[in-house]
Amino acid sequence: MAGSISLMACHECDLLLRVDHSFAEGVVKCPRCAAVLLKHKRHSLDLTLAYTITGLILFVISNAFPIIDFQFERQSTETNLLSGVWELLDQDMYLLAGLVFVTTILAPFTQLATLLYVFLPLKFNHIAPYTVEVFRFASALRSWSMMEVFMLGILVSAVKLAAMGTIVPGIALWSFGILIFVLAAATSSLNPDLVWEKLGVSQ
Amino acid sequence: MNDQTNTWITAAAVGLINCHSCGLLHKATPVHGYCHRCGASLHLRKPDSLSRTWAYLLAAYILYIPANVLPIMTTTSLGSVQSNTILSGVNYLLVSGSWLVALIIFIASIFVPVLKLIILSYLAISVQVRSSWHPRERARLYRLAEIMGRWSMVDIYVVTLMVALVKIQGLADIDADIGAVAFGAVVVLTMLAAMSFDPRLIWDNAEKNNE
Repeated sequence: MAGSISLMACHECDLLLRVDHSFAEGVVKCPRCAAVLLKHKRHSLDLTLAYTITGLILFVISNAFPIIDFQFERQSTETNLLSGVWELLDQDMYLLAGLVFVTTILAPFTQLATLLYVFLPLKFNHIAPYTVEVFRFASALRSWSMMEVFMLGILVSAVKLAAMGTIVPGIALWSFGILIFVLAAATSSLNPDLVWEKLGVSQ
Repeated sequence: MNDQTNTWITAAAVGLINCHSCGLLHKATPVHGYCHRCGASLHLRKPDSLSRTWAYLLAAYILYIPANVLPIMTTTSLGSVQSNTILSGVNYLLVSGSWLVALIIFIASIFVPVLKLIILSYLAISVQVRSSWHPRERARLYRLAEIMGRWSMVDIYVVTLMVALVKIQGLADIDADIGAVAFGAVVVLTMLAAMSFDPRLIWDNAEKNNE
């Protein structure tokens, strides 16, 4: 995208603009409504791919190990992501279980998996089948992945439970803490226009 | 600022449609097709934006009542049963001295949902009456409503974790309650309301009134 000036419309106020795409790093905002129009980052593709792979590894660890261990009167209960959902299902709270499952497991995982599906082949200048649809889906998923909110939920629960018994942080708590930063970094390094441009040229 | 407003031209004004998914510009045709690049269906503005936003908001307002009146979780310990609503949970935290956590829950579970409902209702009304008042500030309000809603989910996650962790044989047990379902529905409905609202409508009216 060297030296390219193109016409585009602001996605939030529909203002028609001539935009210069030839800058390495930074953000272009709409002069009328201040929405972010372009977000360029050096090595955007490599960074997004690296964060995505890191994120997937941390996601597996976060699900495989307990988040916290609650000890009370010589009894101990552990929980991981899925066991909370199971417990809700056990109590016939299907909607609630579904909501927690989608926002803390399904959406984050699918988001990472779809990014890997798009960015790994792009790295080697390939485009996997249905990449366009997959990438569109990944963008739509973003609002439903709520890992950082869940992290706050863990901290609040820990404080509440500390009043009742002993709290022992599990491995997943640490991997979670890192995962939310990796997810944020993956999102901020991603430049969707660059991806659409690559996908557009190849068709 | 006002001089500039008159020279600003929107894509719609010159017969162009911006693909909402990938941002490619298309010539508007009587029947909007699909984006050449990403395949998303093309719309000049989000379809039935206001009606959909109102429908989701109305449903959220209705469910907001049971979400606050009904208990979100029930604690059984040593035979005594105690049900907590969102507000009584905050009160319990305050009394037991965890004022920081009480504040977090109060902001996430009470302040944010109410503020989001008010902002989205105000924006929908302002578009409905074709207001041209401070579009830039209203656009900012919309962005605020969009990003803060998710934090209301904190209480749902706290209930989930408490339920999973507090099950001590014969001593204490925590069950999720119907209020949490209503509250989760409020969060989801306000998210859908924000997604179906088209911020470009704010600017469409601002332009018309400036002509």
